[in-house]
Amino acid sequence: MTRLESAAELEHFRAGIVAARDPAKPCIAVCAGAACHGLDSARVAQAFRTEVGKLGRDAGLEVRVTGCHGYCEKGPNVVVGPDDVCYFEVKPEDAPEIVASTLKKAVVERLVYAHPDTGERAVHMGEVPFYKHQTRLLIGDNVRIDPMRIDDYLALGGYAALAKALFQMTPDQVLDEVKKANLRGRGGGGFPAGQKWETAKNAPGKDKYVIVNAHEGEPGAFMDRALFTGNPHKVLEGLIIGAYAIGSHRGFIYTRHDSPQLIRHIEQALAQAEEYGLLGENILGSGFDFRVEVHFDVGIFVSGESSALMRSIEGLPPEPRPKYIRTSVAGIWNRPSNLNNVETWANVPQIISRGAEWYAGIGTAGSKGTKLVSLSGNVVNSGVVEVPMGTPLRKIVYDIGGGIPGGKAAKAVHFGGPMGGSIPANLIDAPLDFDELAKLGAPIGAGGLLVMDEDTDMVDVARYFLEFLTNESCGKCVPCREGMRQTLKVLTNITKGKGRDGDIARLEDLNDVTGAACLCALGRTASDPLKSMLRYFKDEYETQIARGSEGKGGKAAGSAAT
Amino acid sequence: MQIDGREVKARDDMTVLQAARTAGIHIPTLCHHEKLEPFGACRMCMVEVEARGRKNYVVSCLYPVAQDLVVRTRSERVDKIRRVILEELLAHAPNSPELVALAREYRADRDRFEKDASFCILCGLCVRYCAEVKQKNAVDFIERGARREISFIPEIAAKECWDCQECFALCPTSYAQAAYFLTEALAFPGRRKAGVANA
Ligand SMILES: Cc1cc2nc3c(=O)[nH]c(=O)nc-3n(C[C@H](O)[C@H](O)[C@H](O)COP(=O)(O)O)c2cc1C
Ligand code: SF4
Ligand code: FES
Repeated sequence: MTRLESAAELEHFRAGIVAARDPAKPCIAVCAGAACHGLDSARVAQAFRTEVGKLGRDAGLEVRVTGCHGYCEKGPNVVVGPDDVCYFEVKPEDAPEIVASTLKKAVVERLVYAHPDTGERAVHMGEVPFYKHQTRLLIGDNVRIDPMRIDDYLALGGYAALAKALFQMTPDQVLDEVKKANLRGRGGGGFPAGQKWETAKNAPGKDKYVIVNAHEGEPGAFMDRALFTGNPHKVLEGLIIGAYAIGSHRGFIYTRHDSPQLIRHIEQALAQAEEYGLLGENILGSGFDFRVEVHFDVGIFVSGESSALMRSIEGLPPEPRPKYIRTSVAGIWNRPSNLNNVETWANVPQIISRGAEWYAGIGTAGSKGTKLVSLSGNVVNSGVVEVPMGTPLRKIVYDIGGGIPGGKAAKAVHFGGPMGGSIPANLIDAPLDFDELAKLGAPIGAGGLLVMDEDTDMVDVARYFLEFLTNESCGKCVPCREGMRQTLKVLTNITKGKGRDGDIARLEDLNDVTGAACLCALGRTASDPLKSMLRYFKDEYETQIARGSEGKGGKAAGSAAT
Repeated sequence: MQIDGREVKARDDMTVLQAARTAGIHIPTLCHHEKLEPFGACRMCMVEVEARGRKNYVVSCLYPVAQDLVVRTRSERVDKIRRVILEELLAHAPNSPELVALAREYRADRDRFEKDASFCILCGLCVRYCAEVKQKNAVDFIERGARREISFIPEIAAKECWDCQECFALCPTSYAQAAYFLTEALAFPGRRKAGVANA
């Protein structure tokens, strides 16, 4: 492979890949995402390879091992193109039958989706309830891509946005487009990406950095890994475009040390992009240079926080710094450093290729585009969901999620993990919108949505999240370390039936001060779950405190969340 | 800028705390020390600042001064923050004179939260003094979150601490001293007795 030296060479090369592929040829996509992998999908993939191998060179059918398809609940997932026939809970023994049927253009009825109540079948992706209510702009390509092969990404139009940015747009125009699209950060805060880019761009200094935050430490969140592992080039392309807009020549990917598959895919993506001249010196002959390094987290939650992450990249312990000066002005080695989440970067290529106007047409007034949601807890269909901003939560929980198992009622939905909040089921018509949900006290956070049924004990939910954060706080500042320690003690006492008079006031005071006085956002937002509980479920807290030492039966959502 | 209604002049590179102290306005601190880099851990020095119409709560030991900044060092909310922080720390060191005096001022109840008499309030004065002024790093933080502690590093302490022990006087609770003597007992027992005998 020679380097691509211009946009024209890229298009020519792409045309070659597409021409060599027969769009009508069936392709069996076996999911190797985290959940399916855990269900031994590697053996399923091997069975398909063996089966197709038996057919010889002109099998008329190929096997592709891909990233997460989304419907984790029903893995191992297999999708057979070109018409996307979905098979669920596929076992290695099923491979011969699926291969034989596919060759006959038939369907293996027993492995397709059947509605749990009506038994009604759904064969194609567009008919399966879990998928049919989604808009899968970001995650949809996962089914068509072998993440280890850049050609698969190129075949779908990959890096065309980069070429467009480099050759048809100035850095300012790229920035403008992202600003007009009103892309907001997907990592937790919902901060406008364009505004952050602009700050870094205008900050004094020649050396600037761009960073992908792929730490994803929030328990119950798994969408960043699904997207990045399944389609690494999409994120990388976004990063390169951002670097061009900001004027950065050095990028970092900060990711989990404990996800070998993700690391392999990232490293392969970087190597292949560099080989093709899409990364490194003089990208596509444009004169723009950009390199990327991979850094690994140290396995603690707070290292996903921007200032801690940057210290970690510097090689120091990931302790947050006060941010009276923003990291986009003085970040890594005190140089302007623009950090965005995996999903934020992944949105960039489509904004450039399809335009801000198209993008801003999706979503609500203040929240644009689609959002990935990790759906888990007491819900029939857990998995990675992608819907337009503004989608009512009811649609996510019931139409896509299939509702609550065991015919139970929903009690609450919780967004944002240990730094988010719970809202009661009667507010389930609220839209998926940064501002609306923040107002209700359940900020979207990174997008982990935990559904809780009527048996859930809300004191224990708050206790579970606090217990997690107590172990993850760096311990530097008092209201975080001590505030959480004492809050956890009070909550634990309540769940043990040892609640005391004044506990509500104690919780309120502790929580208020933790929320106001902590150094970093971990501490400040650690108070959010309990705040939402005291807002919507205070009665339950009071009843439990009053109940004294009686035994009681509820269960923790923490144990329901996988 | 303005602090508690008074016009105050400050140099560009000052923090709000420095500006206040220069003007003779008192703000309580626990982790601050003039010879050390600001740490921002105890959060006692929080004040209310208002700039361009927006009210914020910030730690004065780190917050840079700015033109036309309006600072209030006491308010109902600031006092509440300090009170709860003191109550949290008193659970660890109920008899620290510094804390007890502050508790009186902020009406903090030392029995409000469950006791856990570990004495150390993790202000980090000993750790930072040893690192920044003495440059010995004989005492450091270990563990994180609620398990965070200070700990003398026996190998370094055996060499460096005997003739220094300057951090003891900085400690608001005498815990630094206690931790050091434990290290002594562990790493170089007998030296003190021998030292006394030789004297
Ligand atoms: C304790 C803590 C942990 C965080 N962890 C993550 C994380 O794992 N991934 C992430 O993208 N952002 C995380 N964030 C948010 C980042 O600090 C930062 O806001 C974000 O990466 C910016 O990207 P965005 O603007 O694209 O969302 C965390 C924040 C805090 C306070
Ligand atoms: S808020 Fe918590 S995690 Fe953040 S700096 Fe303070 S102690 Fe560390
Ligand atoms: S003196 Fe400012 S935080 Fe301790």
